[in-house]
Parts: sequence; C-alpha cells; structure tokens
Amino acid sequence: MLRDITIGQYYPADSVIHKLDPRVKLFATLLFIISLFSFRNVWGFLVATIFMFSFIHFSKVPLGYMVKGLKAIVILMIITAIFNLFLTNGKELVSFWIFTITYEGLRNAILMAIRLTYLILGTSVMTLTTTPNELTDGLEKSLSPLNRIHVPVHEIAMMMSIALRFIPILVEEADKIMRAQMARGADFETGGIIKKAKNMIPLLVPLFVSAFRRANDLAMAMEARCYHGGTGRTKMKPLTYAARDYKAYAIIILYFIIMMILRFAVSVGNF
Amino acid sequence: MSIILDKVNFVYSADTAYEIQALKNINLKIEDGEFIGIIGHTGSGKSTLIQHLNGLTKATSGGIYYNGEDIYDEDYDLRSLRNKVGLVFQYPEHQLFETTVFDDVCFGPMNQGIGKEQAQLRAFAALKSVGLPEEIYYHSPFDLSGGQKRRVAIAGVLAMKPEVLILDEPTAGLDPKGRDEILDQVAKLHEEQGITVILVSHSMEDVAKYVGRIIVMNQGEVMFDDTPKQVFGHYKELESVGLAAPQVTYLMHELHDAGIPVTTDATTVAEAKEEILKKLGR
Amino acid sequence: MGIIKTKGLIHEYIHRDEEGNVESIQNALAGVDIDIEKGQFVAILGHNGSGKSTLAKHMNAILKPTEGTMWVGGMDTAEDEHLWDIRQNAGMVFQNPDNQIIASVVEEDVGFGPENIGVPTDEIWQRVEESLKSVGMLKFRSHSPNKLSGGQKQRVAIAGVVAMQPDCIILDEPTAMLDPNGRKEVLKTAHLLNREKGVTIILITHYMEEVVEADKVFVMDKGEIVMEGTPREIFSQVDTLKAHRLDVPQITLLADELRKAGLPVPAGVLTREELVEVLCKL
Repeated sequence: MLRDITIGQYYPADSVIHKLDPRVKLFATLLFIISLFSFRNVWGFLVATIFMFSFIHFSKVPLGYMVKGLKAIVILMIITAIFNLFLTNGKELVSFWIFTITYEGLRNAILMAIRLTYLILGTSVMTLTTTPNELTDGLEKSLSPLNRIHVPVHEIAMMMSIALRFIPILVEEADKIMRAQMARGADFETGGIIKKAKNMIPLLVPLFVSAFRRANDLAMAMEARCYHGGTGRTKMKPLTYAARDYKAYAIIILYFIIMMILRFAVSVGNF
Repeated sequence: MSIILDKVNFVYSADTAYEIQALKNINLKIEDGEFIGIIGHTGSGKSTLIQHLNGLTKATSGGIYYNGEDIYDEDYDLRSLRNKVGLVFQYPEHQLFETTVFDDVCFGPMNQGIGKEQAQLRAFAALKSVGLPEEIYYHSPFDLSGGQKRRVAIAGVLAMKPEVLILDEPTAGLDPKGRDEILDQVAKLHEEQGITVILVSHSMEDVAKYVGRIIVMNQGEVMFDDTPKQVFGHYKELESVGLAAPQVTYLMHELHDAGIPVTTDATTVAEAKEEILKKLGR
Repeated sequence: MGIIKTKGLIHEYIHRDEEGNVESIQNALAGVDIDIEKGQFVAILGHNGSGKSTLAKHMNAILKPTEGTMWVGGMDTAEDEHLWDIRQNAGMVFQNPDNQIIASVVEEDVGFGPENIGVPTDEIWQRVEESLKSVGMLKFRSHSPNKLSGGQKQRVAIAGVVAMQPDCIILDEPTAMLDPNGRKEVLKTAHLLNREKGVTIILITHYMEEVVEADKVFVMDKGEIVMEGTPREIFSQVDTLKAHRLDVPQITLLADELRKAGLPVPAGVLTREELVEVLCKL
C-alpha cells in the first residue's frame, strides 16, 4: 500500500498542463479546492466536474494512474461516509433497528465522497504534471516577497524539494528495516497503543539514524557541487510566464467566478 | 531439518496493471547441514525467494513444508518459523538500534520468549562466535566500525539459534580482508555447529570457494540447481543471463582450447593450480 | 606541479569526551606525499580505515589538513578564498548512489552543479545534455532517479559532476554498493571520460580488478602511501598486498602461486590472456 502513494510522484508526458508555469498550477489547485467545498447544487457539481476532467484530459496522464492514488484514502472516505450517513439529523429516509439514514445524511455522505475524491484527483493533477523541483521553485518565487522580512524562502524551498525527493527512499528503507526486525521476531501488530508505540523503537531508531546519515552525505555532496545557499544561483528552469499561462489564469479565474455565482446566486437544483 | 518448496509462485501487485511475477513454479528441497549458494542477477527473485523461507513473505500459490509440516496450514505458527530460519538482510548493520551492542544482540532471543537469562547466555555465545572482543559488548553499536557493526547484526540473528542461516550478500561493501573474515566465520559455524547455511551472493568466486550446491535464479525461475562444478560448466548460458563463471574456470577452458589437456571444471584457485601443475608435468 | 599535489599531509581526528576534553587523537593521514599528473587515470587502493577516503576528502577541501599542504590545480586548500574554485575544479562522486542525487528528475539533478556556480540558463541546458550523453544516460533525462539501477544512478551522479566542467574527478569508492554489472558501467564511464575528454580520474577503491587499466596505482595503509607504481608493478607484490589487507584478482593470485611452485611465470600477471600465453609457451 505504501508503494501506491502517488503524491510527489511525477509522471512525465508532453502535455500543455505539464508546460504550464507551476505558479499557475498552484493557484489553480488552491482555487479548485476552495470551489470544491463551496458548491451546493448540481450545476456547481457539473462545472467542477467538467473543469477537473478537462484538466485531467489535457494532462495526458492516464486516468487509471490517478485513480491509484485514491486507494490510500478509501478507508477515510468510508469512515466519513458512514458518519455522515448515520449521524446527520433530518428527514428520515429509511431506518432499521437503532440506525436511521436520513435524506440529509445520504446527501452529505455522497457530497463528501465526491469532494474528497475530487480533492485527491485535483491535487494529483498538479503533482503528477509538475516535478517536485518545479513545485518548490514555484513556491519559492511566489513567496519571495517574504525575503524582505528575512524569511529564508530559498532554504525552505530547498528543504521541501529534498524532503519530497527522499520520501519514497525512506518509505522503502522503513519497509526493509521492518522486515529485518520481523526476522528477529519483532511484532508490529499485536498489543495496545502503548505496547505498539514501544514496539516501534526498533523501527524508528534505525530509520532516524539512516535519515541523519543521508542528510550528512547529502550535505557533503551538495557542497562538493559548490552549493552555498541561494545567492549567486542561476536557474535551469527559470519561471517565466508564457502566453498559455495567462490564458490558463483567465480560465481559472473565470471558473472560480462561475462557481461563486452558482454558489451564492443560484438556488435552483440545490442538494 | 528439511525445507521443501512445492510449485511456489509469488506475484507482486496481483490483478493490477503493475503485476510482476517474482517467483515462477519454484520446486526445491533443502536438506539438513547443506551449504548452498544462490546466485542471480538483480531482480532475478533471489531476495523474494529467501523471504519465503522464513515466512516473512507468503507465496501466492504453492506449498512450503518445514520438517514436513505445511507452514501455510491454519494451525502452524508461522511466527515461530522465524526462530528456526534466521535471515540476515543486506547491510544488516542498518537494523541496529539499542544503546549497547549486547542489548541489541539480546533483542532476537528476548522475542523468542525464553526468558532474560537464557537470552543473555545466547547473546554472549553469539557475540563470541562472530569473533568480537568483549570490550565492545557494552559500547554503543553506533561507535563501531562498519565491519564490526555487521558482525553485531549477524550475532543478533545467530543468538536466536536458528537451524538454518540465510545471509543476503553478507560481504557487500566490505574490503577484501573483511570479506574473507566474514565468510570464513560463516564457514566455521557451518562446520562446527552443523547449521544449514544459504548464501546469496553476486561474487562467483566467493560462492565457488565455500558452497557445496549452487541454485541459479533467473527471472523468477530456478535455472540451475547443482554442484559448483556442474553449474559453472554452463558458463555460456550463465553469461547469456548476465552472470559469469569464476575467472579461473574461464582460464581452464581457454587453456584447454589452446591445446593444454587440462580438465576444465576447476572453480577455485587451489583447484586450478593443482590441475595446471599436474598437466604441465611439474 | 601536478593537478593534485600534497606535501607532508597529515590529518588528525580528535575525539573529545562529553566535557570537551581530548580523549584520543587518531592519525588518519600520517604524512602523505603525492603528485598526480594531469590527464592520468590514477587509482588509490587501501582497506577500510587505510586513510584513502580521508585523503579523497582533502582533494576537494571538504577536509582541511592538520599539517602539511594540499594543492588542487595549484590552489592551496587551506586558503578559503579558493574554496569554490577548488570544488569546481575537482569534482567528487561518492559511494552511496541515492545520497548524492538532490533532484527528483535526472536532468534537474545534473543541472544542480551549474546552477550553483551561476552558469546562464541556456548554457546549463547545453552542459546537461552533453554530460548526460557522455555517460550514456541521455534517454533517462526525464526519469525519476528512484527507478534507476545503482549503476545508472552513479552515472547520473558522474554526469552531475561533469556538468561543472572540472579538470579532475575523484570517485570515492563509487562501486562499493553496486552489483557486478553496475560496477562495469561505472568503470567504463570513468575510462571513457579519461580517454576521450582528457579528464583526470582519481579512483578510490578496494577492488583490485578495477585498477588493472590505471596509469598509476597508489596503495595506502595506516594513513601512508606504502606502495606506488604501475598496476603491473603493484600486482607483482602479492604477499605485500595481502599484508596490507588487500587481495589480488584470481588470475594474478593463480599466476603467483604457479610461480612460487616453480613455473617460470613472470610476476604481475594482469589478465587471463597473458596467463594463457605464458602457460602455452611452456
């Protein structure tokens, strides 16, 4: 299951979405998420769906690949759905024994499921079409005004970029360490919370030691390649807006305005 | 002691687009006291195979029998299999975590539920058998050199007194002397204590020197399962799958082709030397 | 002056206890004098702990001498003003393939070095393409390093260094964590860069088979250079090498044993072809 985490994984392809400036994609994802949690009628749902699936289509990333990332949150979705289904007050739909499913509960459960799914899919579009370096470059450039108040924007971006790069490596290492300790009879499954936490020590200590070792090696390798902070660095992939970026901004802002109108000014077809 | 694998298959990510068959129809019998080498290119299934032998990984289909008992049977205690089949992973020093060497080696036996005293006795014996000096027993494992750390990790598995010891590339990253020391130690354990030893390695020369039987893995299947001499006789086929025979074996073949009537099955320097001296009449 | 030159280089590691008092002093380098000519392929051999890695880290000023001097391209590493020029001139590739790749996409990692030294964007792209081509990894340019084999990762690391256009590249045990195929890939790449681009290569290793084609070999033990010469000269001293905890390739060992047994085999046999030729003449 750990191997199925698709956030942070880049899917190379030659698409217009891939070529968009990461700042556009960050902006789009932000507005998309806001719009997701604000629509409340079938029109909003349709517009959001068209918007998202168009982006997915233009990204040339196979839908099957994106759906893989949903596996990780299936449990979360089920729990949320169950809570909404059985614990929402309102017009009774069906009831058995002590459980009551209300119309509102059903509606909320479905809406939540859709929102979570679209949330993951939407964020995935961004991470699958943008390399982690581009993402952190985008954040770095967007947040660069904070340099004036002495926020170390470059260093933070560099840390994030390296962290993203090493997530899959540390996940694999954790797996290896777990297996090695299990081969020595370690038990990561049974026991109450306190016992389980204690049992994690043979996993966490080596993992931390390994992480520190890697950090040390990496620092040496970076210095060996003349890294000395943000000053004097040029960029291999500098962020400059092209015509398509402005067009994309226009589309996104338009989408958001439409979603807001549908949210506040339209009540036909409300859920 | 015997381990039997019967038509074992293992598939990763079954039923998805990323399905990989890591093991295909494996049929093997491992007898008591053998010293076996497993060779194969990266991705051939060697690591997957050995993780089946101690029950860490469960076969997708097929049966595994330890001393005649089906390990996948409902009533079989799979976790107890790890007490009998000890597995030392690659770079085992990365699993050390305790505050002292001694405590780390005790981890395994303590998990076996034999009580603190017994566990400590086993830890002492294990540390001795890997040749580590007593002064370092109470040092932090993180203060030791790479080679010493590795021996501590191996001791940690030996302390569980397994009937079978599996070592995955125990010499990876060690310098020549370090390599010899570890392998000599393992060979000594095999001789003195009669443990069955399975050695996974990339070095044909190392394997040829120590083992009595070689299993060659290729793309999830057993390609050859025979004595070193027999296996390395198939050197052309080994080459076609990215492996090789020991350097001296090639030499003997080339000498033979050039007209010197040597037998070509030597796999170690000692054998080659003897044969060459014999045939050159000295 | 050669591209890398040292005079009386001494490096001490000072171990302090919790209060900061000096507990022990370890002489990692005990007075090293070497002079490496531009354009050569030089190998530095030694067991783990011989001081070879410490010496390597002086070559790009990661470590500074306790006593003595290290000059890189004529610049004294003790002088801070030259630090970044030295590191641009003497690139280094490390042992662990994963721990030296910074970016999540191959071409971005190769561009990391040029970015750091302020190369203009267009030129970065040119250098990245050329470097990837020179190590044979151009078609992997958009790939994630995670899916690459060890040998491929090391080649990417080499490309990352080549992109900085150094005069010399130091490879610090680059093959220790690789399988035989990976090792071959890395060595082939190093020799190619040396022959076709004139890059001085300094290979730090403990694998004897890797130094057969070097121009010059240094052997280190206990922080000093104990042997110096061409591969043939070094290989002919099998017993001395063993005393320094090193090993010789099977063929060289066999030739040496045959010579000791009385056969007129010359010292320092490097390849199988040589030995076959010699034996056939008998």
